[in-house]
Amino acid sequence: MSTVSQRRRVAVAVARKDLTIEWNSRILVNQVAPFAAIVMVLFAFALDNDGILQRVAPGLVWLATLFSMLVVIQRTFAVESADGALDALRVAGVDPSAIFAGKSLALMVQLFALELLLVGTAVVLYGVNMTLVGFAEALVTLLAATVGLACVGTLYGGLAGGARGRETLLPLLLLPVVAPVLIGATRATEAAFGSGGTKVSEGWPWIVLLLVFAVIFAAVGSVAFGPLVDE
Amino acid sequence: MNSAVTTPRGTGTRNTRILGVLTIILMVLLTFCGLIFSGEDINQGSTVRIMYVHVPSIWVAYLAFGMTALCSAIYLSGRNRSLIWDRFSGAAGEIGVLFVAVSLVTGSLWGRLTWGTYWVWDARLTSTAFLFITYIGYLAVRRLGGTHRQRARRSAVLALIAILEIPLVHFSVNVWRTLHQKASVADPNAKVALDGLMLFSLFLGLIAFTMLFAWLVIHRQRSLALEDAVADRGLDAAIEARREEATN
Repeated sequence: MSTVSQRRRVAVAVARKDLTIEWNSRILVNQVAPFAAIVMVLFAFALDNDGILQRVAPGLVWLATLFSMLVVIQRTFAVESADGALDALRVAGVDPSAIFAGKSLALMVQLFALELLLVGTAVVLYGVNMTLVGFAEALVTLLAATVGLACVGTLYGGLAGGARGRETLLPLLLLPVVAPVLIGATRATEAAFGSGGTKVSEGWPWIVLLLVFAVIFAAVGSVAFGPLVDE
Repeated sequence: MNSAVTTPRGTGTRNTRILGVLTIILMVLLTFCGLIFSGEDINQGSTVRIMYVHVPSIWVAYLAFGMTALCSAIYLSGRNRSLIWDRFSGAAGEIGVLFVAVSLVTGSLWGRLTWGTYWVWDARLTSTAFLFITYIGYLAVRRLGGTHRQRARRSAVLALIAILEIPLVHFSVNVWRTLHQKASVADPNAKVALDGLMLFSLFLGLIAFTMLFAWLVIHRQRSLALEDAVADRGLDAAIEARREEATN
């Protein structure tokens, strides 16, 4: 069993490796971000009404986040399974909970950047107006939701990314689990955006739900990641 | 090795045959009680008869998912890790998915007749739909391949995560409904006064469906054991063939 500091070092190393790969390949910037943006534009085509768009903007931001997240997770495990990197790490005796923490951390950074972009798109395209307090609340919502999404995404991504032909499994496993995040984050963002006359103060209880979700899946992920990715 | 492997003529034994015959008798009795003997409801008319199938199916589904979780926990905690627990979880999971589907279909038919709509965004309905999808995912993971042990470990962990996730989804869907928008159509939890024969039919349904579940789960477990045995034998044959190639 490795000590806490060893595990932290491994986690940071794994996260740095993932972010370096992302920095060099620019998949997030060149492919995922444009995909997320076009989804936001397509929502506008489908709903075709400025008033409705402004009202449902928070839900659309989070739906676009979930869809783009699937792509990011698949990417983050494709780099592992391509040459058996994850198996190599496991064979080398690296603590699976440290790998889980590292990959979740890298995923958090990428998701957070993506969500900032999507909120920005909503402000520009859907005519959302935020107060300063609302902006702060939106930031806290993004952070809380991102931690939960990254943990649960890493957990199921590891399971679905283990071998070829499993990619189609990820949406089926992941989307039902993240329903609480979609509900909580959308309501909290509604409060932050003031959509439909919602007050900023109404958002905080939802952020608590997001935090509870994040804590549960961070704990579950550290325990269950090992058995789920074991081949 | 499981005893089923040595009796290749079928998955039935004397006991399961007795169980099967009793189940059929109770089902016939339920059909008569539900469709003919029991009276119509004052408000719902004959629609109430759907309940004699709807309520037992969701009961069996809950029972099945509970069994999936329990057998998975036993598998993970056991020292010898017998695959029989894994097969029981898998069998129960399959039957649970089937009966959630039955209860969703019968429920929406009942809803169409009573509320005038197939679906209401009620917390209980929505959570049940999530339950359905979650266990479809569980069954998909069971078919990922690999050795029996890999399948058993993977799916057991997933079944335990599912048990943790369901209350969370249920809770958030619940607050979503209560805080966001009140259900405008008839309250599904409203008290319904049942007369004696209606109550009897409902309980008969619960017993008959539970027996059907037991019969199905035993047979499915045995057929899964046979499938595993066939896969093992296929592997042995392949190894044997390679050996012969090497020696010749």
